[in-house]
Parts: sequence; C-alpha cells; structure tokens
Amino acid sequence: MHSLYSFLVGPMVWVSLLILVFGLIGKFIYLTNMAKKRDPWVFNYLQLKYALRSIFVWLIPFATMNMRRNPVMTVVTFAFHICLILVPIFALAHVIKWEEAWGFSWWTLPETAAIIMSFIVLGGLVFFAARRIKLPEARYVTRPQDFLILVVVALPYLTGILAFYQIFDYQTMIILHILSGHLMLIAIPFTWLSHLLLFPMARAYVGSEFQGVRNVKDW
Amino acid sequence: MSEAATAKKIADPGLDQSIEKLTPDRIEATILRVINQENSARLKTFVDTCVHCALCSEACHYFMSYDRNPRYAPVGKVKNTLWEMIRCKGKVSKEFIRDAAQIAYTECNLCKRCVHFCPFGIDTAYLMTIVRRICHLLGVTPQYLQDTSHSHSATFNQMWVKDDEWMDTLQWQEEEARDEFPGLRIPLDKEGADIMYSVIAPEPKFRAQLIYQAAAIFHEAGSDWTMPASPGWDNSDMAMFSGDAEMMGRLKRKHFDTARRLRVKKIVMGECGHAYRSVYDMGNRWLGYKEMPIPIIHAIQFYCELLRAGKIKVGSQVKELCTFHDPCNTVRGMGLHEMGREVARAFCPNMVEMHPNREHNYCCCAGGGVINCGPPHKMTRVHGNRIKAEQLKATGAKVVIAPCHNCHGGLEDIIHHYKLNMKLMFLGDIIFEHMQKPGAAE
Repeated sequence: MHSLYSFLVGPMVWVSLLILVFGLIGKFIYLTNMAKKRDPWVFNYLQLKYALRSIFVWLIPFATMNMRRNPVMTVVTFAFHICLILVPIFALAHVIKWEEAWGFSWWTLPETAAIIMSFIVLGGLVFFAARRIKLPEARYVTRPQDFLILVVVALPYLTGILAFYQIFDYQTMIILHILSGHLMLIAIPFTWLSHLLLFPMARAYVGSEFQGVRNVKDW
Repeated sequence: MSEAATAKKIADPGLDQSIEKLTPDRIEATILRVINQENSARLKTFVDTCVHCALCSEACHYFMSYDRNPRYAPVGKVKNTLWEMIRCKGKVSKEFIRDAAQIAYTECNLCKRCVHFCPFGIDTAYLMTIVRRICHLLGVTPQYLQDTSHSHSATFNQMWVKDDEWMDTLQWQEEEARDEFPGLRIPLDKEGADIMYSVIAPEPKFRAQLIYQAAAIFHEAGSDWTMPASPGWDNSDMAMFSGDAEMMGRLKRKHFDTARRLRVKKIVMGECGHAYRSVYDMGNRWLGYKEMPIPIIHAIQFYCELLRAGKIKVGSQVKELCTFHDPCNTVRGMGLHEMGREVARAFCPNMVEMHPNREHNYCCCAGGGVINCGPPHKMTRVHGNRIKAEQLKATGAKVVIAPCHNCHGGLEDIIHHYKLNMKLMFLGDIIFEHMQKPGAAE
C-alpha cells in the first residue's frame, strides 16, 4: 500500500502531467500545422485583438446573449469551472505535497472553502447530468461516453471529500483519490475535456472571422 | 426519443434517384476526401470541441418552430450527418447520404445564428456546407437546386437567361423609365464608369421593375454607372450552396473579371444577401483573394452613402408602422444592421424593432439555397419558420423592410401562410417611391 502511494504521488505525477502537457501541446501543434497547410482561412484572418476580445467576453458571466437567456446554466457553469480549477491548485493538502516535493508553497484555500467548492463541483456535475437526461435536445446528442466523462471528473472531488471526512478507509480513499486525479488529467487531451485548450483556439478563429472580416460581434 | 426526432422524408428525385447510383466504395472515398483533404483543421477543432451541451438549439428557427424537435437543433443536424460519417470513417449507407442531404440542403439555411449561441463559437453552417460538399460530389442534390446550378454552369446566370434576353430586358426597362425620367439611361458596357451595378438573375427574369427602380435611383443620384452586356452580370451563386465549389469559383471570377474589363472603380450589388456572401466570404476566398479584389458594396451601403452625401433626398415618408428584418448575410456577414436602419428611418419615421434583432435576428428560412430546393420542400421551410411569423406579428407593423431577395421569398410565404397581412418592401422600393425626383417628367 505504501509503495503504491509513493509511486502515485511520485513518478506517476510526472507521467500524468507529461501526458497532459504533451497531449495538449501535441494537439495544438497538430491542429495549427493542419490549419497552415490546408485551412488558410484560419491564419490569414487571425487578429490578436479580436481573438483576445472574443475569449475575454465569453469568460465574463452574462456578457453574451445566450448566457443571459440561460441564467441558471450560466451560474452553474461558471461556479463549476472556477471551483474545478481552483480546488486542486490551492487545496491545503495539495500545496503541502508540492512543498514536500519541490520545497516551495503558495497561498492555500481555507479547508472549509475547499470542501464547499468541491461540493459545488459535484453539484455542477449532477446538474449537467440531469440536464442531459431531462432536456430532450441535450439527451438527443448525449452519448454514454459523455456521462462517463462526467464521472471521471466527479471522482477526484468525491474521493477528496470522503478522504477529508475520513469516511470509509482513509488509506484506500486517498489512493482512489490520487488514482482518479491522474485519470482525469490523462483523459483531458483525449476527450472533449480538451476544450480547455480548444476553447481559446476556436474562439480566436471565430472572433477574428466575425469581428475582423464580418464586421459584427460574435457574442 | 427516436420517434420524436424523426422527420418526414420529402420525395425529391434529385435525392431519391441519385442515391441509386452510389456504391459503398464511392461513398467512402468521397467522404474521406472531403473530410481529410479538403477540410481539416476547422472541422476537426469544431467536432472535437463540441461537448454536446445543446446550447445551440434555440438559435435555430427550425428547432423553435418544430416544437423543439431535437433533430432540428444545430448539434442534432451535425449528429445525424458528420458525426456518423466520421465515426464510421465514411462507411455509411446510401440511405444515410439521402437523409444527410435532406438535412443539410433543406433543414439548415446556413444563417450562422447558432455561432452566436455556442460558447465555443462552433460554426454549424460551415459544418453543413461540408455535408453539402460531400453530397454534391456524390451527385445527391435536390433537383431544383441542381437545376439552378446547371444554369450557372451553362449560362453564368441562375435563371437560364439568354444573352440577348438580358440586354433586351435592360433596354426595355430603360425605355419604360424614360417616360418617367426623360434623360435616364441604363448604360450598357460603359468602360471606365465609376460603378458596375450587378444583380441576381431573378431580377431580369421576374422582377424587372427592380432594375427600373435602381436605374431611377442612379439617375437621380447622378451616378456614373454601367451594367455589363456580357455574362458576369449575375452576382448570384447557387453553386456555392449546392456544394459545387469549382463552379462557385468560376462564377465569381467571371463577375470580378467583368468589372475589371469595364475598368470600374467599384461594384454595387442589388439587394441580395447570398450573392453578397459569395463575393465577400465564399467565392473570393475560394479564388485565393483574401478580401474582395475590387471594392464591392451591398445596396444597403450604397443607399446609405447616397443619403449621407445628400445625393438622394427624402421627398415623402411612409406613414404606416414599419419594421426592419436583418438578412443573415448582411448582418452576420457584414454588420450592415445600423446602415440598413439609417436608410429605413430616413423614410419611415414610425419604426418598431422585432425581437431579437440585428446580429441575433431570426433567419427568413429561405436562404442558404433552401428556397431554391423548390416546391417539394416549401412546406418544410414554411412550417419551419413559425417563430419568424410570431416575431413579425408581435411587432404590429404593417410594413416589413427586408433588403434581400431570398428573405423576400421566405417572408412572403410565411406572411401568406400565417395570414399576417403585412406588406413586404425592399429599401429600393421605399427609396424609389419616396425620394425627391427632380429629374422626373412633370
């Protein structure tokens, strides 16, 4: 058990991070090269100002017409994404691990806040799953894999909460927590979780095309 | 779910008979060619980015009008076409191709409203043009649309107008107009004129009075203008919508080359949306022009310039309550919504907005070649745009101004079907009727 733990918080961290980073970099290089070769529309019209403006506007809650039309979805989506990203980076236990490994640390979230935020992530996922089941147009285009991705994202947060409250066996739970964290990181480049990277890429193109060529805003 | 998401098969020989010639090998090779060679980065990015959230659904007038049937959600259309083609690596049945063609040609107007709804900006219209491209290469296209495309190939205009008929029509309109405006000319092939005026073929074919009106506006504004006497006068482009990119390129080259031959400073286009799309968006880029190789402006811009420069002046005004419909190609294509309103307001003091409007306006449901798919598919689009009828009705307006031919076709049909009792006008109709006409005979 102990050696498994050491492996998961040691070499495996490198493996996951490398797969994540190189997976995304590889995807970026693959797509940009392909665009340069066969899709000249993309780079010929790319303009930094419009690209950044498009990304920026779509990162502001209620800044776009469709966000205002779907207020519940907007609130849930923003709360979900913010918590999803902040908790793993600023959770106390995580920062301690970084400090042990690299010798430096940074600001941490109060533990209660981290727990509440993890619940927000889980709540968000339940909402997304329910929406996919209840809303006919979402159900129509949802595939079983889409639910699987939601589960993959939920596991690290769920096991994190269970480990924190020491529900079930702590040792097992922490191993599951770390395993599921790795699984999520590795899944990002290979599933639609890669919208982490593709969101700014797609928006950069669409923003440039709409604002730059079509003379009209894209939100 | 599946029963809710089915749609009626519309009989169309262009689809039903054409698929009989298909072989599995040909289908596979064609799909792979288009997906892997002709289109790549944007297609891949859009398909990989989509998280299947269906937030695009309410953008689509078909979805809203067909009681939220998920088949008509933009993402639903992609699911039933490209997702499956990509998943099966091109190994799909001929019946699948037939259904994909019905979706891409007759259940999507390529209006790009859904781009404004998608958090990632996924351009479903672009994805549907890829499906159309595949269907075109397979020879599976709606019969009526293909006929207009054939006309383009044979005559360089959309309506089988013969060269002598074209010139005859212009001279006929000139003669008619000279009764009202004694000094008026429709200068044919005048080299070195400032402006080449190009129109779509339905104008000489069915709506010759629009050429009369335009000539009167040019005459009153004192413009130095000309219309070409050779093919290249028609700026329309159904080949763009059928997926025949090669023919689209030839058409646009002819149009640009004609302007070059006449050594004009700019081209002014009539009130047509899709023709405008083909010069600033699709055709020019197919030909490798980053932008338009010769300045081209839409009639909305031209009228606005004339008004601002005082070259035409308001004589009288429209008394009735008016509303302004934004055509997708002039709004989501070129951001001309404020210019259009500026012209409309000058003549129509009683204006009311329809909601949503400007870049978020609902489509007319005729564009994208859908109305050109002809009578078999008419009711698909009329029932598919109930939402537009409701939007128009809610304004209480008596006059709808729509500066686009396709929009006129589509709106006319819904105004009639939903008994809206509204009058449909071009900006040119209003200007012609209400401008000061010092050049007119007493």
